[in-house]
Amino acid sequence: MTMRPIFIRGGRVIDPSRGTDATGDLLLRNGKIEAQGPGLGRPDDAEIIEAAGRVVAPGLIDLHVHLREPGQEDVETVATGAMAAAAGGFSAVCAMPNTDPVTDNQAAVGFIVSQAQRAGKARVYPIGAISLGQQGQQLAEFGELVGAGAVAVSDDGKPVVSSHLMRTALEYARTFGIPVADHCEDPTLAAGGAMHEGLVSTRLGLKGVPAAAEEIMVARDIVLAELTGGHVHLCHMSTRGSVELIRRAKDKGLRVTAEACPHHFTLTHEAAEGYNTNAKMNPPLREPEDREAIRQGLRDGTIDVICTDHAPHHYDAKEREFDDAPNGIIGLETALGLGLTELVHGGLLDLPTLVARMSTMPAKIFRLPGGTLAPGSAGDVVIIDPDVPWTVDPMAFYSKSRNTPFGGRHLRGRADVTIVRGQVVFRRAG
Amino acid sequence: MSLGKDLVGLEPLSAEQIRLILDTAEPFKEVSERPIKKVPALRGKTIVNLFFEASTRTRISFEFAEKRLSADTVNVASAGSSVSKGETLVDTARNLEAMRIDMVVIRHGASGAAQFLGQRIRSNVINAGDGKHEHPTQGLLDMLTLRDRFKRIEGLKVAICGDILHSRVARSNIWGLLKLGAEVGVCGPASLLPRNVHELGVTVLPRIEDAIQWADALNVLRLQLERMQGGFLPSLREYNRVFGVTSDRLAKAPKDLLILHPGPMNRGVEIDSDVADGPHSVILPQVTNGVAIRMAVLYLLAGGSPDWAHQAGGAE
Repeated sequence: MTMRPIFIRGGRVIDPSRGTDATGDLLLRNGKIEAQGPGLGRPDDAEIIEAAGRVVAPGLIDLHVHLREPGQEDVETVATGAMAAAAGGFSAVCAMPNTDPVTDNQAAVGFIVSQAQRAGKARVYPIGAISLGQQGQQLAEFGELVGAGAVAVSDDGKPVVSSHLMRTALEYARTFGIPVADHCEDPTLAAGGAMHEGLVSTRLGLKGVPAAAEEIMVARDIVLAELTGGHVHLCHMSTRGSVELIRRAKDKGLRVTAEACPHHFTLTHEAAEGYNTNAKMNPPLREPEDREAIRQGLRDGTIDVICTDHAPHHYDAKEREFDDAPNGIIGLETALGLGLTELVHGGLLDLPTLVARMSTMPAKIFRLPGGTLAPGSAGDVVIIDPDVPWTVDPMAFYSKSRNTPFGGRHLRGRADVTIVRGQVVFRRAG
Repeated sequence: MSLGKDLVGLEPLSAEQIRLILDTAEPFKEVSERPIKKVPALRGKTIVNLFFEASTRTRISFEFAEKRLSADTVNVASAGSSVSKGETLVDTARNLEAMRIDMVVIRHGASGAAQFLGQRIRSNVINAGDGKHEHPTQGLLDMLTLRDRFKRIEGLKVAICGDILHSRVARSNIWGLLKLGAEVGVCGPASLLPRNVHELGVTVLPRIEDAIQWADALNVLRLQLERMQGGFLPSLREYNRVFGVTSDRLAKAPKDLLILHPGPMNRGVEIDSDVADGPHSVILPQVTNGVAIRMAVLYLLAGGSPDWAHQAGGAE
């Protein structure tokens, strides 16, 4: 297949992988980055994208999404999720295996790969299950999962309760050079919990999940990373104690990486007031001190990456009693806007650090293509208007679902163009 | 001043609104003492009592209140209804609304269910207990009973004893009493106290002996027997030995304490029979006041003027 080269002219080119932050041009050809620098020559056949006043960065990569296919195609599919990702500036997402049936074998992994190819939007990398059926009993066949295209393993949605299973997963994953991503939750402390355990849960009369439920498993996983030398990736960190534990583990040089979600650096448990089920997720929204610790962790690198934990649900699943509503919110189309608004315009991170947290570091941690604008690398690019004010309108989402607590929120900055494999997969109208 | 459309809890109410309900209940007390216990205040109004949880006293109390105000009432219990066929709360609500009802009294196991319903239908919604959140009419009848005996709420020291963590009665009492200027203590094993409870403005009393020394009145909560399975407590026997309200313990009080209990009682667990049946127990007057409080709430939410309550109640 021949495709036109793309010449992106005069943008602020940010590439944390090489420490670049300068005005210049970027040329993509044959699905790759061909050249980058000021005053590049423009090939006659190239499509020109003017980027003056905008940011040109490696495409964003989300290590943690739920695309619901197979099993719940009424709330999201690989195709709609990949389109929502592209509209959010993501050139790649990693799909968690808690599908129905569970992505615990090579055929299931291959199905997601082929659905993503058919969609032709953002890249979709499957994450395989740690255990068969995510039952926490028997290891899945990591070798075959990786052979079919899985980039990591996780039982996300559920914790790995057995420390023995987590240990063997970390050891066995070393053979294939993949991280083990863990959903950290002590199930006995979290049982029946609907939100963070604190003053708000006390007032609302909802069973709370204490921060300790997460921190106990974070501490265990760190100990097991030390024991095994394996790479543990800690999913959706939400508490101050977790950030402190990870900081100490990194000081010791352990192979521990961590991610945090925009809702955890933006909101607190107060958002659940009025029994707002769009503020119900697991881990729950925590206290202002926790939110601040997540922000500081993102600033100093204790938290390596920002992920969305994009979790689509049908509107009537959320239209019910708080205790009975499912956990999770969608995030692909708001993550960049929240990162820019809360962290960059909020003065906590500079733009290159945000790009590192949303692109370069995710690529590095899961060993994915992209995350860089180095010549010869994947032609995955996002063009960002970092200042444009906009209002979140869930009805305008490309995702099939609308479950977000950010509807009506005023944000500053979003993606205008997303390029994957050297082809424009999303271009904002107007 | 009005109560707004719904009564979902005492937390959202002002002190004036709570006093309005208590004052409006006064003339309605007398209705229940008449040979013909009926006034026409809610004639033509349709009320659905929607009980998703088992309840005897609260449901009957509401039903008497409704009937004594001449409303037309329908009782729906979850067993045998569309709810047991998997209908969602929002669909149940819309179907009731389609039958053009005026008020819904709801008891539900999920915290927030009354508010959820109130936000989705035009009818008035009265919370008859939602999960572990609030039971506002119970809080109000407790306060009316305290006011009957002490002639005031302000400055009273009321200790709520038992399973505060899972208690909607505790939460409604805490909000209502604090708003009217009482001091509130909570007493129970630490495993049954909610996180950050002191931040609500209450005094935490670690031992029942502390509560007895401190309080003017004890509101003794029912201990749910399933708490043992939940691992919150070792045994009923030990609970009675450590936290039971007994006459021996009360004998050491610096003054006579008024004893309240929202019922149903576990005699010999949280409260001994000689206390429950003793001279300072107001457990049955609470039940009597419950009907008057519920009549007042129904009357006010239906748009009744407090100035006319005496006439509505037919008092001289």
